[in-house]
Formats: sequence, structure tokens, C-alpha cells
Amino acid sequence: MARVAGVLLVLAMLCAMGVVTSQHRARKVFVDLEAEQSDQRKLDEEFTQLTLEQSTWATNKRIDSIAAKSLGMRLPDASNTVIVTPDGEPVSGKRP
Amino acid sequence: MRFEKRTPQLRLKLEGWRSRVVLGLIAAGFVTLAARAFYLQAVHNEFLQAKGEARYGRVLDLPASRGPVTDRNGKALAISTPVESIWATPEDLEDVDASHLSQLARALAIPAAEVRQKIDRKDRQFVYLKRQISPDQAAKVMALGIPGVFQQREFRRYYPAGEVMAHVVGFTGIEDNGQEGIELAEERRLAGAAGSRKVIKDRKGRIVEDLEGARAPRDGEAVTLAIDERLQFLAHRELKSVVESSHARAGSLVILDAKSGEILALVNMPDYNPNNRASVTGSQTRNRSVTDLFEPGSTMKPFTVAAALEAGIVTPDTMIQTGPGAWQFAGWTITDTHANGLISVAQVIEKSSNIGSAKITLQMSPERMGTFYRDLGFGAVPDTGFPGEAKGMLKPWAEWRPIEQATMSYGHGISVSLLQLARAYTIFTTGGELLPLALEKRDAHPIGKRVISLRTAQQVTRMMEMAVSPAGTAPLAAVPGYRVAGKTGTAYKAEQGGYAEHKYHSSFVGFAPASNPRFIVAVMIDEPQGAHHFGGDVGAPVFSSVMGAALRMTSVPPDAPATLAPGTLNVQAQPTRSAG
Repeated sequence: MARVAGVLLVLAMLCAMGVVTSQHRARKVFVDLEAEQSDQRKLDEEFTQLTLEQSTWATNKRIDSIAAKSLGMRLPDASNTVIVTPDGEPVSGKRP
Repeated sequence: MRFEKRTPQLRLKLEGWRSRVVLGLIAAGFVTLAARAFYLQAVHNEFLQAKGEARYGRVLDLPASRGPVTDRNGKALAISTPVESIWATPEDLEDVDASHLSQLARALAIPAAEVRQKIDRKDRQFVYLKRQISPDQAAKVMALGIPGVFQQREFRRYYPAGEVMAHVVGFTGIEDNGQEGIELAEERRLAGAAGSRKVIKDRKGRIVEDLEGARAPRDGEAVTLAIDERLQFLAHRELKSVVESSHARAGSLVILDAKSGEILALVNMPDYNPNNRASVTGSQTRNRSVTDLFEPGSTMKPFTVAAALEAGIVTPDTMIQTGPGAWQFAGWTITDTHANGLISVAQVIEKSSNIGSAKITLQMSPERMGTFYRDLGFGAVPDTGFPGEAKGMLKPWAEWRPIEQATMSYGHGISVSLLQLARAYTIFTTGGELLPLALEKRDAHPIGKRVISLRTAQQVTRMMEMAVSPAGTAPLAAVPGYRVAGKTGTAYKAEQGGYAEHKYHSSFVGFAPASNPRFIVAVMIDEPQGAHHFGGDVGAPVFSSVMGAALRMTSVPPDAPATLAPGTLNVQAQPTRSAG
């Protein structure tokens, strides 16, 4: 009887230790998860900021003024345009 | 008994009950402890748990971000980015020395005196030191570790396209709720719902466990507009330049997809920068093309003619006597800008004859005309969901006097918004069906409501092409390479009790390519100054440049290539790179 009780006591102790260990592990993993989630949030934030930055650099207004002013670009007018059919035949304009 | 032998003092005979009393007391003590433990653990545990949580548990607010607004190609028009607001409890900052305060001020990039002044208000528990700074900067501020300084997560809305999109997208207020435009109209979808979670934090401030009752934040939905940002930019640039060069009071321009009824561009002048609204007035924020009414003038004539063709009263070749350019009717004089004499119905559109148009409409009953105008969507809100849509002024036909019916046929005595007018033109681009408009991108073509027959639509389109020809009223609206159909309008502005002498609304509405329309462009300039105030002089060139660029940009094949000036083929043969 006493031997059975002793074995059960040891088992109970082992279980108790196991509970403590797994609780500890769970917390550690949870902290890791939290860290990852906060990274995710930070990356999300960075993404919106970069999207914003990109769309600010790429506004039509900016591109238009750089193309026209710094690069001296302009739309080709009708005399510089040749329209070709899918077969490659020019519809308007002459070959040189 | 060994002790008793060695130490006779211990040779006492104790009463047996004494040990039992002690044992009993000790047992009672244990029972008390056990009872107390049971009480605390099982009966009275809420209190202790609450205390424990108060020490380690925290309720975290989980802010939700507002949904982005994008154009039809996914280009961002409104984005929320997280920012931090730094706030302080002045009480706690009392003991902070001056060097720390100057560090704080430097990190916040504000003068130290300003910080001092803000925290001098001891009566307040809460004072913002600086609102909406970047998270990086906030991290630097918090790294100083000054007690009584806290940060608060907020979102700030940015509008990358600025004034180009201002009237469509609108803006949000300081509390991040929509105030104008789409931001207001779609507030419910764009706004998210903040969440919260209860957690346990350890000594180091790390979250170690989630408690019950977490509410996940719900981010706002994204809204994809029908607007094409490139067309919008183009429209904005051209409208701005004409409003400035003609010293006009205001102007609006609408581009519709001729087949789907989607609003591809919607611009107004004057405009404003939604990112910096310090000195913005109502006249700048108004989306005039939706909320403001004007008398459309001659841009109504195609509808008059369409109604007559539909009723079978006239054909395009029916001749109408417009005489010397002035016609007495019911005590009023209807005038034309030129004496056109005997002209055909088609020429009424080409030459924009008020007399011709009046004579055509008067052959029909007020009921027919009134119902027709209703069918075109006049006098009713266009139902785009945009805030503050105007429904326009259209008298019930039963109350019309003949002169009113006559003037309405050329766009006086009826008022519309530019958006309504542009929409009405969809009957010509779809072969007779009026399309519902859409601010948001459509996946499928909508079902229109048939108003006129395909044949009538084609006949009127042909007439409107003549109006853009060199002999018509708007040769400046022509786009090389494409067949363009359109109609000018110049209306005296209605002011108290009559028409103003030198104030006009000059407009132009048209579509192209006429053989298979892609775009409807409607322009309206409010009070252009100078000698050129007619729709054909002010509105038509804007139409031409916007339409031409839109057609090129979307690679619409020219349907009249012969009108392109002969050019030179200056494309060199590209060396072809063989695959593999």
C-alpha cells in the first residue's frame, strides 16, 4: 500500500513539474509570437509608408513637370505619328 | 525513561489533557488556515483575481486603420499611415530638470519654451506636446525615458494626388472621420472598428498571456473608384489652364466611360490641397460638377431633336425656316447668333439654331417633352451616392407655358448639373440607352434604360459630328484622327429675375470616337472673360485636348485616320531578338 502511494506521489510530482515546464514554455512561445506580431505590425506600417512615398514620387504632376521641364519631352504631334494596321501597313503617314 | 533517570527535573507526571489541548489548538489552527485558503481560492476569488490583474493585466487598445481609396488601376488616392501623438501629464513633469526638458524639446523638434509653456498648466491632467509625428521620431522621444510623457497611436490620412483628386476623394477630420467626398459617402465602409485585448504582462513589460474577451480590430474596407488617375490628372491640368487663361470664376469637367457609365474623371476649379487645409473655403471644396446647377444652353438641343426624330415628326432632312435670326413667339423674341434662313433639322444642330430648336419642340406636346426630359434623368438626383447631389430644376410639364417649352428646347428655363448632362449623353453613345452612373469601379456593364432607338441615336450622332466640322459651331473640338461628335452651349447666367448681361456659362459636351464611342467629356466654364466666351471658343479646345489625350493614352484606334496630317515613318526597324 505504502509502495503504491509512493509511486503515485512521485508521479504526481513529475506531473506537477511537467505542468510548470509546459506553462513556462507556453509563455516563452507566446512572447515570441507577440514579438513576431509586433514585427508584422511594424512591417505593415512600413509598407503603408513606402506606398505613400512611392505614390508621392510617382504623382502625374511630378512626372509631367520633370518630363516637360528637365527632360524637354513633348507629345509627338500628328506629323510624327504613323498609324499602322495589324498587318503593318501604314494607314496614315508616308514611309521615308 | 532514560531522561528521567538523568534529569530528575523532567520526572514530572503531566496531565494527559494538556497535550490534547495543544494538539487540538494546532489542529484548529490548520483548519482555520484551510478554511481561509478555501475561502480565498474558491469563494472570494474574484477580488483577488481582480487585484492580480490590476497589477499585471492590461487592456490594450488595438486601433484599426481606415481603408485606402484607390483609383481603378489600384493607384493609392488616400492612405492612412500610423503616427504617434506625444502627450504628458504636467504634474509628473514638475521634477524633471531643465536639461531633460531641452532634450525632450529637441526630440520633438519644437522650442523648449513651448514645451515649458505647455506643461506649466498644472490644472490639466492631459496635454498634447505634439500631435501626429512619425513613429521613428516618437520612438526617439520615448527613449529619453522621461516620466509623465506618453505616446498615443493615431492614424493620419494622406492624399498623394493632392488637389487633382481633392473634390472626388474629399478628406477626413482630425478624428479621422469623413468630411467630404468619398471619405464622407463611404464612411461606413472605410472606417474600421477598433478592437481591444486583455493581457498579462510580466515584469519586463512583455505580454505573456491573453485573457478572455479579446476583440480583434476590423480594418476599414478598401474602396476602388471608377476614376482613372491619369485621365483625372489630364482633365485637371487642362481645366486649370483654361480657367486661368480665360479668368473664369469656376469650371468643371467630367469624363464618363461611354459604355459603362463609370465616372473616369471629375474635376472642378477652384480646387484645394486636401493635405493642407488651413485656409480652405467652401467655394474651393465644393464638387461643382455634382452639386452646382447651371442652365445647359444649346447642349440640350440634341435631346430636342432626338425627341422629334423619335416621335417621327421630323427627319434629319426636314427643312425649318429660321428666317433672319429673330422670331417673335408668344410675346418674346427668340434669337440666333446668325441669320440661318431655311435650314435642315441636322443643320439646327450644326449651326446651333435656337429658333429651329424651338420650332421643333413646339410640334410636340409638353407631356412628351416633359416625360422625355425625365427619362434623361433631369430633375432627379443621378444617384451616384456622392454627398450633396443636385437634382436640378425641371418644372412639371403640366405647368409649362409654350414659351417655356420653347426655351427649354435650347437649354434655358431648365437647370442641370454637369454630371446629369454628361449622363444624358449616354443615350447617344450606347445606341439609345441611358446608363446609371458609377463612382466605383464596375465589373460588368450595367443595364441601361432604353430612351431612344438605335436609329435615332445614330442620326443625332451624325448631326453632332457636323457641329464639330469646320462648318459647325465647334471646329476647335476636333481631334485629329478621330470622329468626334459634340455640342456647344453658351447660356446667359440666370440672376435675380432675369439674365445677366455679360455673364455666361460656356459648355461643351461630346464623345469620341463617334463610330464606337469610348469617352464622354463634358466641360463647363463659369463666367469666362474676354471676347471669346462661347462654348465653341472656351469649352471646345479643352474638350479637344482632353479627349485627344485620353484616346491616345488608352490606345483607341483612330476611326478617321485620314484626318491625321501625313507624317513620316520615323520608326527604325528594331533588331529582333530571337528567343532562346
